[in-house]
Amino acid sequence: MFHRESGVFKTSYAADMALYPLPIARWTVAALLVLFAVVAPLSLHEYYLSIINLVLIAVVGALGLNILVGYTGQISIGHAAFMSVGAYTAANLAVKAHLPFWITLPAGGLMAALIGAIVGIPSLRIKGLYLAIATLAGQLIIEWTINHVPWISGGAQASIQVPRPSLLGYELRTQGQLYFFLLFFTVVAIVATLNLVRSRIGRAFVAIRDQDIAAEIIGIDIFRYKLLSFAISSFYAGVCGVLYTYYLGIANYEQFQIVVSIDYLAMIIIGGLGSVLGSILGATFVTFLPIVIRWTMESFGGLFFSPAELPGTISSLRLIVFGALIILFLVVEPEGLNRLWRNIRNYFRVWPFSY
Amino acid sequence: MWRVKGHRLGAVLAAGTIALAANSAAAQDKEVVFGLQCDRTGATQTVGVFLCPGYHDYIALVNSKGGVEGFKIRVIEIDHEYKVPPAMEAHERFKKEGEVLEGLYGTPQTAALAKKLEEDKILGTSPGFGAAAAADGKRFPYLFPVAATYWSQIAAAVEFAKKQLGGSLNGKKIAYLFFDNPAGKEPLVILEDLAKSEGFELRTFAVPSPGVEMAAQVLDITGRFRPDFVITHLFGRSPSVSIKELKGKGFPLSKVVSLVWGSSEADIKAAGGFGAAQGYNAMQFAGVGEEFPVIKGIIDMYKAQGKPAPKELETSVYYNRGVMIAALHVEAVRNAIKAKGGAAPTSEDVKNGMEMVKGFTLGGLVPPMTITPEDHEGGGWVQVWTVKDGKFEKTTDWFQAYRDLIKKHLVASAQN
Repeated sequence: MFHRESGVFKTSYAADMALYPLPIARWTVAALLVLFAVVAPLSLHEYYLSIINLVLIAVVGALGLNILVGYTGQISIGHAAFMSVGAYTAANLAVKAHLPFWITLPAGGLMAALIGAIVGIPSLRIKGLYLAIATLAGQLIIEWTINHVPWISGGAQASIQVPRPSLLGYELRTQGQLYFFLLFFTVVAIVATLNLVRSRIGRAFVAIRDQDIAAEIIGIDIFRYKLLSFAISSFYAGVCGVLYTYYLGIANYEQFQIVVSIDYLAMIIIGGLGSVLGSILGATFVTFLPIVIRWTMESFGGLFFSPAELPGTISSLRLIVFGALIILFLVVEPEGLNRLWRNIRNYFRVWPFSY
Repeated sequence: MWRVKGHRLGAVLAAGTIALAANSAAAQDKEVVFGLQCDRTGATQTVGVFLCPGYHDYIALVNSKGGVEGFKIRVIEIDHEYKVPPAMEAHERFKKEGEVLEGLYGTPQTAALAKKLEEDKILGTSPGFGAAAAADGKRFPYLFPVAATYWSQIAAAVEFAKKQLGGSLNGKKIAYLFFDNPAGKEPLVILEDLAKSEGFELRTFAVPSPGVEMAAQVLDITGRFRPDFVITHLFGRSPSVSIKELKGKGFPLSKVVSLVWGSSEADIKAAGGFGAAQGYNAMQFAGVGEEFPVIKGIIDMYKAQGKPAPKELETSVYYNRGVMIAALHVEAVRNAIKAKGGAAPTSEDVKNGMEMVKGFTLGGLVPPMTITPEDHEGGGWVQVWTVKDGKFEKTTDWFQAYRDLIKKHLVASAQN
């Protein structure tokens, strides 16, 4: 509302690639940083921080999936399996080799990247639904392997307890302490993605998504970039898995089953394919909305239902409302929350003199 | 705003607010908060939709009689859809509301919260969910299985098979048909040890997720292995499939015993009804049916409100388990309040209260367990009920089996 341009007009490539398209973006980022780094941890109850923590972890995973699905156009239903690869790599390193988190975290990411690149090999020959099935097979193979190899899974329970992350001898265990731990890695992931998608690599991904034959003709090495996309996406997934592991204090493959892959696909589709902000909005939407719906029903449900019926009603109604809202948002704007936000912003940019 | 204006309305509102605040403060003095995680809409909803109403009904019954030692109980239920992140959110929410204990639900959720519960010093109960190692109270001070773990269940199943086969398993053959997940594989170590010490031949048959296709495994069991007894350990839809398949291949169901998650009325109905499943043996960690004073009490409470008996009683196996969990929670809080001479208990008091639970059977619905600071399982008691003439009939009373072997494994797993 404080702008008075009639639109955004870019006249050079440098301007088009700038991280901050408008001066106000710089201030917005600074304000958000202060809000999340100072105001939120000081003013919010631990419970609300725990919800933000879950959102922060989901954002990392959604960003990774969006690089693959949104930017490169390769579908994957194996995202949760790559998270479990990262989780078990980090857990084994932390428990067997007693390594600190700043080694296990990138190691978990790298191992997931390696496995992701291998699972991505079929993408060189097949596309679309066929690729979806190939990655689905990857998900099931990884689940089965973890379940049946005690050396990886740590025994019949398939769960490994990891020590809390510690920084300079200081153990991070409360939600407030873990909040800073997670916030740091999420901010790094967001900045890295923003830079990735405006670099040579990111442009190559977009070219492959839009028309892979054309991309090949203009000199993009499809083989290299498709595998790179799988590797980078899986790296994020692996890091997301490691963050879950440190957040919960345990690596357990049952929390990375196929339903979770579907959840992450839902996040990026609702948020907006091929957009960083969309990944953030989508992760927030899918993680936070069911909780908000429950709060609302706990407050007002008593007006319509007896206390005995309320718990069962909340569970069922929550699913219905959540599903209905997803449909509503997608019907209103098929390109996701990111597009919706941009429409609103563009409207107010020229308000009240729109044409 | 209205305070500044100083109208009479403002004064009335202010007085009202103060009265309300005082009221709620008084209520809080005499209130204990229970957190209950549940799954009514996720992967294990077939259990949750019966178990959680049982829990709420028992608490309502206690509240209708004046609460526990004068304290009203407020239950906060959160449905986590069998997902792990919402379980963490639920725990933090319960903590914010001042819970004194927490009912956990689900194996991965229990694993994920074990550490957090210990750090927050809040006890969590995980009947039929938690790792068998959680029975070791020294190792997991805030985790309470409060029901037979899979280790105790499998030991009891072997004991049951032994009785059914005439008192000796030497030279006999036992097949173990299990869901191929951590919970399904957990009993294997006990089973393998027992095969050696009892001298029976053991063969295991894994059913991959989602467990609705097991024709090949059952054909292998009935056609090739031809065991004297089959022990099944399946979840969700798969128990009913196993009953159908075994019966279809002509295997006598009286030579089959299922562990606790394949033993509800719903499983039998899905397998074709009580007539078709005649002879099937089902292991239980809580009593079955409506013939208990506490269930009658709940039905009477509903009647007094002019309502029919809760419809969830049709699957009394899960409903009664909910009642049992609630009853143990209340008993732990009762012990804690008594120990403090009537003062409001903290979560640590309640943990100590749970470790004092002894001889609390609720008219036969709850096994005669003794929970101690060392043994959070309470002894690993089970009953076996058999499908007979259209309903479950009790075949054995509460029994426990091979306790020395279980203890040996608990010690060994603590050393790892």
